[in-house]
Formats: sequence, C-alpha cells, structure tokens
Amino acid sequence: MYRIAAKDRMLVDEFRQQPIGPHSPDLQRVLNTMRTGPNEGRYCLICTKPYQEWQLARMSGRRGVPPTRVDGVFYNSREAAEWDVFRRRWKEATGEDLN
Amino acid sequence: MLKLVGYSDRLSVAPGETISFMVSADGLPEYRASIVRLIHGDANPDGPGFKSRPVETEVEGAYPGRKQVTRSGSYVEVPDHTVLRDMGSFTLAAHVWPTMPGTGAQTLIAKGDVSSGPGFALALDERGGLVFRVRDVAGETASVAVDKPMLSHHWYRVVASFDETSGRMHVAQTPLQQFPQTDDAGHATATVPFGRLVVDAPLTMAATLDAAGPLHCFNGKIEAPCVACGALDGAAAKALFEPSRELEVFAAWDFARNTPSTRIVDIGPHGLHGECKNLPARAMKGHAWTGEVHDWRQRPDHYGAIHFHDDDLYDAGWEADFAWTVPAGMKSGVYCAHIRSYDGAHEDYLPFAVRPPRGQATADCAVLLPTASYMAYANDHMGVDSEDAELVMGRLIVVQPNDLYVDEHREFGLALYDTHSDGSGVCYSSRLRPVLNMRPKFSSWVGGAGSGLWQFNADTHLFDWLEEKGFTYDVITDEDLHAEGAELLKPYKTILSGTHPEYHSTPMRDAMETYLGSGGRLMYLGGNGWYWRIAFHQDLPGVIEVRRAEDGIRTWVAEPGEYYHSFTGEYGGIWRRVGKPPNELLATGFTAQGFDVSSYYVRKPDSFDPRAAFIFEGVGDDERIGDFGLVGGGAAGLELDRADPLIGTPPNTLVLASSQDHTDLYLVVCEEIAVMAPGLHGQHPLVRADMTFHERPGGGAVFSTSSIAWCGSLSHNNYDNNVSRIMENVLRRFLEPEPFDGLA
Repeated sequence: MYRIAAKDRMLVDEFRQQPIGPHSPDLQRVLNTMRTGPNEGRYCLICTKPYQEWQLARMSGRRGVPPTRVDGVFYNSREAAEWDVFRRRWKEATGEDLN
Repeated sequence: MLKLVGYSDRLSVAPGETISFMVSADGLPEYRASIVRLIHGDANPDGPGFKSRPVETEVEGAYPGRKQVTRSGSYVEVPDHTVLRDMGSFTLAAHVWPTMPGTGAQTLIAKGDVSSGPGFALALDERGGLVFRVRDVAGETASVAVDKPMLSHHWYRVVASFDETSGRMHVAQTPLQQFPQTDDAGHATATVPFGRLVVDAPLTMAATLDAAGPLHCFNGKIEAPCVACGALDGAAAKALFEPSRELEVFAAWDFARNTPSTRIVDIGPHGLHGECKNLPARAMKGHAWTGEVHDWRQRPDHYGAIHFHDDDLYDAGWEADFAWTVPAGMKSGVYCAHIRSYDGAHEDYLPFAVRPPRGQATADCAVLLPTASYMAYANDHMGVDSEDAELVMGRLIVVQPNDLYVDEHREFGLALYDTHSDGSGVCYSSRLRPVLNMRPKFSSWVGGAGSGLWQFNADTHLFDWLEEKGFTYDVITDEDLHAEGAELLKPYKTILSGTHPEYHSTPMRDAMETYLGSGGRLMYLGGNGWYWRIAFHQDLPGVIEVRRAEDGIRTWVAEPGEYYHSFTGEYGGIWRRVGKPPNELLATGFTAQGFDVSSYYVRKPDSFDPRAAFIFEGVGDDERIGDFGLVGGGAAGLELDRADPLIGTPPNTLVLASSQDHTDLYLVVCEEIAVMAPGLHGQHPLVRADMTFHERPGGGAVFSTSSIAWCGSLSHNNYDNNVSRIMENVLRRFLEPEPFDGLA
C-alpha cells in the first residue's frame, strides 16, 4: 500500500494543468491512492445543470441512501471540480493547503 | 427528484402493431405526451446537440397523472386450493440457506398474512432465528421461536408443526454443519388454546403477500419445501428430508423440475403447482451439491434450490396510460414517447424501435439495436455501489438525477452488473420497468470524458450520422434477431452494429454467422462485441440471463457449479471461453479497457493493400484517424478489441489501423492474464484497437472499428473528418450489390 509523501509535491502542478489524464506513472500512483477506499464519505459530483454545473457531494456508502450535498460548493467545469477535490484530499493526506 | 417516469410494454414494434406506455406521475395532476423520432440524444453543447423530430399521432395530448408504485422481491405463489385451506394438523419443512439473517423479518413459507388475517408463516425473525406464527379465524395469534440466529450462507433444516387437536406448536432449526463455539441449533414448543386455522389465501414461499405485492422478502435459498400431514417432530420430522421419503404430504415441491420456466412442480398427490414471481434465480446449488457435477441437467437432485432476493423484479406491473398503433408506412427508426409536465420542468423519454413490417425490409441496411446489451446495463448502480468506479474512471463519479432516482428506488430492479442486497450476482434482467439509463440526454458515469455516453444514448451518434449523410436505414433489435434468426438479416446488404453490442444469445450469434456466410456484410462499429453468451427466457418476453462464469471482465463472479444457464442449460460465460470467440465473426475480440480519455488510430501496412483501397479514399497516408470526438476526445476508446489469429481472427484479415498512446488507466483484459506481470496498462502491446476488414466466403465482408468511442467522432467538424469519411466509404461499398471476393 502506497502512502502519499512529501516527494509527491512535485506532481501537484501536473495534476492542476490536466486533471483528467493522461498522467505520469508517479501522479497516477498518487491518484490511485486518493481514490482507493470505501464509498462512505467518498467525494462525488451531482450534476445540477447538464454539462454546465455540478455540486460537490459525499457518498453514503449505503444502498438507497443518497449522497449528501456539500452546501454551496458548485463547479462550472469538471476540471475545476477535480482540482478542488484533489486539494481536499491532499490536505487530508499531508495536512498541507494547496492554493 | 424525478416526477415523471415510465416504460413501454415492448422495445420493438412493427407497423400495424400497438405499443403501450406505463407512466407514473408523482404529484403532477396532468402531463402531456407525444411521439418523437429520435435522431441524436447527446445534449453535450460541444457537439451537434439534442435532435428529435415530432411525429403527428393520436398519442399527442394531455393525460391525467397518477403515481404508480412497484414492489420488488421474488417469491413462489401456489394458488389457494381446498387441500391447503383447512389442513387440520400439519408440518412445514424445507432446507434453507439464508444470506441476510438478522436484517428484518423474512418469510420462508406462509399462507395468508398473519398481521392482518388468518394464516400461518414460517419465517426468520428480526434476529435471524426461526419463528412460526399462526393466526386463527377468530383473530387469535400465537408464535413459537427458536431464538437463535442462523449463520448466513449455511444450510439448515427447518421444521414447524401445528397440532390442531392439542394446540401444540413446534419449531426446529438444525444446521447441516456444526461448528465449535457456535450455537445455531434449537427447537421450541408451545401449547396454546387455538381455534381452527382456515386460510383461503395463496401459499407463498420467500415472501408474504398483501394486496400491494410481496413483503417480508427472504434473501437466500430454499430447497424442497413441503407441507406434510399431521404434526411431526423429532425422527418423524427428520424423515421428511430423506430422499426416499414416503410420508403423507399435502404438497411437496421439487424446485429442480421445469427449471427453465416459472413453473414450480408439486410432486405430491394433489398437483398443487406454483409459479415463480419476479425471477428468483433457478438452477442453484442445493444442500446436496458435492462438486461432482457442474451441469444442473446431469444431477437435478444437486440443484434443487432457488435463490430468492428482495430486489428481484420481472414486471413493474403498472397500468397503461396510453398506447400507439403504429400506422402502415411509418418509417423504421428509433422513436420515443415524450412525456412532460406543462412547465417543462419534468420529462422522460421512453425509447423503442419501429421496425419495418414483419417479413419485409424498407432499406438496404439495418442498424441492429443492441437491446440485450441495454438490458444488461439497465439501471446499473455501479457508480454508487462500486468502490472501484472512480479508480476505473480516472475522475470523480458524476451522479445524474436519474442515478439518484434508481439508487433510492431499488424496486425498479438491477442490472446484470449489480449485486443483490445480499451480495450475490444479478443474473437476470427484464425490460418491463423504468430503465432510466436507457434515455436520450442521459450522460452516464461510465461513458468516457466529454459527453459521457454509454450504450443506448451513445448509439444515437450513429443514427444522427446516418441521417446527416442521407442514408436510409431500418432498425431491428436483438430481441427480434433472437426470435427470427438469420431470416431477419437476409434482406439487408449490410448490418450496422451499435457501439457496444456485448450480449448475444446462441440463436443471435448463429443468425449473424449464417448471414455473414451467405453474402451478408457487417459494420461492427463498437468494442467488446459478441462477448457474453446470454439466454432468453422461454416464456417471459425480453428477459435475459447471464452467468459470469470462469473468465472475462466481471463485476461479480458466479459461484462454482452455477455456470450453466437456467433458461437453456447452456454453459454460460464469455463466448471466447465457450469456444466461439468474437474474432471468428468480427476478426477482433476484447483486449483492453479504460474510461478516462480516448486516443486515435494510425494506418498499418495492410491499409495500403488494394483490397482496402475503397476504405481509405480521401484519407492521407499519415493521418491520425479520430484524434477528436465527443467520447473521451478520440475515436479509439473505452473498450478495445484486437485481431489475433490464435483466437480465431480469419487469416485473410487486413489490420488496417491500430490505436496507440492510451493512458495507463487502460488495462489488458483479465482473460489475457494467466500470470500477473508488471506493465499491463497503456504501455502494453495488447492495449490497442485494431481496425480490420475481411471478406467472408459467399461474397460478404466485415469491417470492424473495435472501439466503443468510434461513433462519438462522426460529427466532428460538421461531419467532415476522417472517421466519417471511412464510415461513408465502407457503407457505400457495402451497399453495392457486387460481391466481395469470397470463395468460388
């Protein structure tokens, strides 16, 4: 099992420039680590306007229980959503705020 | 939340025939309906946008709204009969294998609903132990419980007896296998003053019935249930489980008989046969299975169990709201009933194919609409149920309103990719229910970056291109092909596949093989085609079965010994493992998949062969083919197939082009992997789509794109691009009568 480490900091810019692939093997390893785990609390997007707007939400991990929307967090592009969730997960893994 | 949803009673209708539509309008006193011809279902503003054409019909108008509801859950129903109505003293017995004990009351065998009227019920109580409840005609109730939870996924003998004379009730649960430190065996007895037990209701297994449908559904297997005469316990009750039992019974049901049907056969003296409702899984291993045989037809006594689930569904059972009799002369194509609220805030499209008149063709080519594959994915819940979904997609899962709705409304049934609430795989799918991921405008979590289309809506890219290019085409469906065989294909010079024609029954595959052997042509415009073998139910229209056996990309894995279709007895699984790989028909077969971004093809030396010259007219030697598109940004993407002579690719196949530069989220399919080794992702030579062409004996030919994403590139640059050009070159030649160079 891989743990995100300080040396991965160099990969942040690569993700920010292109949140949806292709990615280098090192960045892919970080992303795989961030995306592995139970569905309870997993970030996801609820489409609020087709192809225009998405709201951040967290899955319940339980069948039939809908994701919980994160109040006030909307995105106008999938890339913006990916970057924001990457920042949140980076903070959870390393404690560092990315700007 | 969606307020308007519906479904139709069929997916294919010919002129002169009638199709009915069932609608639930939740909180809308009235809605409007009309018929439209669907051209392009992709609402992505980066593409041509949604296109439909109104059709003037008698359907056009306003309809009163009413909410219609569905209850899922499979069970057996035995109609009421005088023999079972007033039995006096009796004993219930069965083998059971619970999969979710301790998750609520679950009925095993019942007559009537003891919560509201006379009846009896042998059930699991809330804690998962056996309980026997009765309620007499005067409303007096009594129960006796073992009060020890059963283990999940273990076999038990269960017995309950009722002595009308003494009022003695007895119940016993006996595990077939005992474990140290495990206390799951027990029995209990109570004597209660009790009146007569007369119950004029059906006898049910695995659920209790009330006016609205099944409730207290059991999850797990039941085998050899019986109702014996007299109140038995101890050795007398144990004898009920002996294969050679010759005890006096009111009824004894053998689940191993008539396995392909919905019929439940009573082998007792009165012929009290029953029916399976909502498609519980049959041909399931029973308690006596040893591993000696894996084919249920060889040892029916090893396969006497039925696996029931609380989320099984055959037919949502709604009342029809309106119907359309397709007039003579109606152009074949894909149509929808468009239902919508007055304010436009709520709408649903209920798609179906208008096929040409039976026995006729009205065009030289036909799109074979892969309705079996649509049903395989119907209402899939993987986006929220699977912990791997985001990893595999390489981006956040997007949940659409339709996804939210089917997540909360599990009663609308599952996809062949889902698991039941007890974790077992879903092996049957039915179309008689709202299927909310088979919709125009729908963007799927699995559909690749960009438009996000998958299956039905992705196939509308093809309809749109055919319309834009002015081709006349018929639309026929998998279900038609299964029923009518090669005769359905025979009139057409060429057949065009959908983007992901993955599921084929033996008659469907045989029909295509026959067609291609007698001059027919196929444009295979997808990936992962002709992959899974399926079976259709003999009695229930449109119901399909898959067994995820042995190999292939599987979101669940069939249990050992449960690889054979219950509908046909055929060995299930991927056609490659059956011994009839897709390569034999298409020249290519499944090789890799990935779902983030798509790539492009480059020409290979075979593309310069004179036999392929017609395909590449107007395409440069070094052009990247399809480095654009609405599905992942390229024509080579999602699921990819490759040519391989060792897997059946015909030796005369030309590999025209191959894709390259796929991301590391593309992985070689598991049926290629006998030993794990590093580097099975994008860099691996098997991660590619091979575009191929080959002639068939008899003057036919097959052109294969081998990529699901292909059709998403057709509209790029106002339909002027090399993917569109290659398509047009091939289709125009395939429509010409001149045979290809086959065998003399």
